[in-house]
Amino acid sequence: MTQEEIIRPENKVYSRPSLLTDANTHYCPGCSHGVVHKVIAELLEEMGIADKAIGIAPVGCAVFAYNYIDIDWIEAAHGRAPALATAANRLNPEAMVFTYQGDGDLSAIGTAETIHACNRGENITIVFINNAIYGMTGGQMAPTTLLGMKTATTPYGRDARLNGYPLAITNLLAQLDGTCYVTRQAVHTPAAVRKTKAAIKKAFRNTLEKRGTSVVEIVSTCNSGWKLTPGQSNEWMAEHMFAKYPLGDLKNVEPQK
Amino acid sequence: MEEVKLMKGNEAIAHAAIRYGVDGYFGYPITPQSEVLETLAELKPWETTGMTVLQAESEVAAINMVYGGAATGRAVMTSSSSPGVSLKQEGISYLAASELPALIVNVMRGGPGLGTIQPSQSDYFQATKGGGHGDYHLIVLAPATVQEMADFVALGFDLAFKYRTPAMILADGVVGQMMEKVVLPEQRRRRTDEELRQQCPWAACGKDHRGHRNVVTSLELDSAKMEVNNLRFQRTYAEIQKNEVRYQEYYTEDAEYLIVAFGSVARICLKAIEEAREKGVKIGLIRPITLWPFPTTRIAELAKQVKGILTVELNAGQMIEDVRLAVEGSVPVRHFGRMGGIVPNPGEVLTALTEHFSLTI
Repeated sequence: MTQEEIIRPENKVYSRPSLLTDANTHYCPGCSHGVVHKVIAELLEEMGIADKAIGIAPVGCAVFAYNYIDIDWIEAAHGRAPALATAANRLNPEAMVFTYQGDGDLSAIGTAETIHACNRGENITIVFINNAIYGMTGGQMAPTTLLGMKTATTPYGRDARLNGYPLAITNLLAQLDGTCYVTRQAVHTPAAVRKTKAAIKKAFRNTLEKRGTSVVEIVSTCNSGWKLTPGQSNEWMAEHMFAKYPLGDLKNVEPQK
Repeated sequence: MEEVKLMKGNEAIAHAAIRYGVDGYFGYPITPQSEVLETLAELKPWETTGMTVLQAESEVAAINMVYGGAATGRAVMTSSSSPGVSLKQEGISYLAASELPALIVNVMRGGPGLGTIQPSQSDYFQATKGGGHGDYHLIVLAPATVQEMADFVALGFDLAFKYRTPAMILADGVVGQMMEKVVLPEQRRRRTDEELRQQCPWAACGKDHRGHRNVVTSLELDSAKMEVNNLRFQRTYAEIQKNEVRYQEYYTEDAEYLIVAFGSVARICLKAIEEAREKGVKIGLIRPITLWPFPTTRIAELAKQVKGILTVELNAGQMIEDVRLAVEGSVPVRHFGRMGGIVPNPGEVLTALTEHFSLTI
C-alpha cells in the first residue's frame, strides 16, 4: 500500500475543528489552553450549538479566547465573567452561555461573582483553568498556588504564614445548592483529554437543559510560569497538583426521571 | 386618558422602566434609592413584560450584569447611590469603551466615604468628567421633578441606543425621595429578538442568522488601532455635544444676574428668584438638564448680558468649574453650596446673592 493510497478523505480520522479560527494562538508551546480551546470548539460543533453559544472571556492568558473560537464572545473585566454570563443568559434564555476563566480571575478577584452565580444556579457552564499561577502578568502567585511553590511574588516559595493556603474553590462550589455538576479534570494525556471532553459535554448539556450551574475545573500546566519544559510540567502537575486538586467528579446531580 | 399618580421619584423610575420595555434591571440595595429595586420586585414585571429583575451580590456584580446584558443588545439598567456608584465605575468605563448602551441611575447622597444618606449633588465631577478610568463621557441627565425621573428613563435609553454609549440619570436624594404627581408613560412592549438584531447588529447574542460572529470587547493592544477607537469615541462625544444639549431657562430675558443650578436645587433657586423679582431685582435661572453635554454656549451668551453668575449646588462647588470655563472670565462666577446632606432654603440663596454681588434684596 502506497502513501497515496492511504492519504484519502475516506481514511481521515481526525481534523482541525472548523470552529477554530485561523489565528495563531498567543499561548506558549505546551500550554493547556490550546487543548481546552480545541475541545470546546469540537463540542460546540458536534453538539450543533455554535450558533447559540455566547462565550465570556476572562482577563488573564485566555483574554484573547475570542480570537480563536468562531462564536459570539463578550470580553469581561477581570473576575466579572459570571456576572456577565448571568445577564447574558437570563436575557437570552435560548443561548448557551459559558465562561472561560483562570485561577486568578475566578478564585481571586472574581470570587464573589463566581460563588453567587453558582449559588443562584445560573444556567451557565464555567470552564475553570487552574494552573496555580498568573500567566499573563508574568507568573505571580494565584490563590491556587501550592505551598512552597515559587512564583514572581513568592520567590522563596508560598508560605502559608505570609500568603495563606491553596484555595480549592471548586470543592466550595460543589457545596452550593445552585450547582448541578462540579468536576475536576486535566488535559495532560489523551485519556485525560477525552475525560475533559466528556465533562464539558455534560456541562454544556446541563446548561441547555437549564439544570443549574456546571463547573469544569481543568488542572493545567503553565510551563513558562513554572519554568519547566512542557513534559516536565505534566509530570510535576501529576505529582504535585493532583495531590491538592485530585481529579474526578465532586458533584453530579442526575436529572430526575 | 392621562394617568396621574402620586409617587416617589425612585418609584417613578421603576414604573417608567417597565413601561419603556426595559429588558433587565440589576441592582443592589443602598439608601436613598432602594425603592427602585423594591418597587420592581413588587410590580413583578417578569410576569407581564418579561423584564428580568435581579438583586445582585454587589454593585460591582450589578454593573457587570448590565455589561453582559447590554453586550447582547438588550435594554438594561442599574440604579444605586453615591458609594455604590463609585463601585460601578469599573463597569461603566467598560461599557463606554465597548460602546454599549445602558442606563445608570445615581440618586446622590452626601460623601465622601459612607458620608450621609441625606441628599447631595457631590458626584457631579464623577458623573460628568468620566468617573472611571480612560477618556470617556456619559450622557448625564439631571431631573428636577418626579415627572422628569419618569421621563428621563425613556430619554436616557433613547440617547444611549442612538449613540451606543451609556447614559446616567444623576438625581439628588431629594428628587428620589420626594412624592409628586406624575403622569406615567404609555406601556410599550419589549423589543422582539428580530427588532433587536435589526437595531443592534453588533450584539453578541449568538451568531445564528448572521453568518459571522460578534465580539464585544474593550481590549486593543495595538496602539495604532486603539487610538482609532479613542478617536471614534471622541467623535461620538462631539456629536452628542452638538445635538443633545438640554436646559431650561426662567426669567433670563431681562436678567441682570444669573443663577445656574440643577436638580431639586433649581426649584429652590426659582423660588428665591421670584422673591427677588417682587423686590425689583432681576435675576434669571438656567437649569442644565444635560450636565454632560453642558450648556456651555448658552451660558456664554447669557454671560454677555448679566453682571454676575451664582452657581447653587449641594456640594463644595463642582459645576461652577464648567460655568467658569463657559464664561471664560467675562463675568464674576460665585458659588453657594450646602453639604453634609443639608438642603438650603430660598432665603439662604438670596443671602448668598446679596453677599456675593453686593445687592440689596
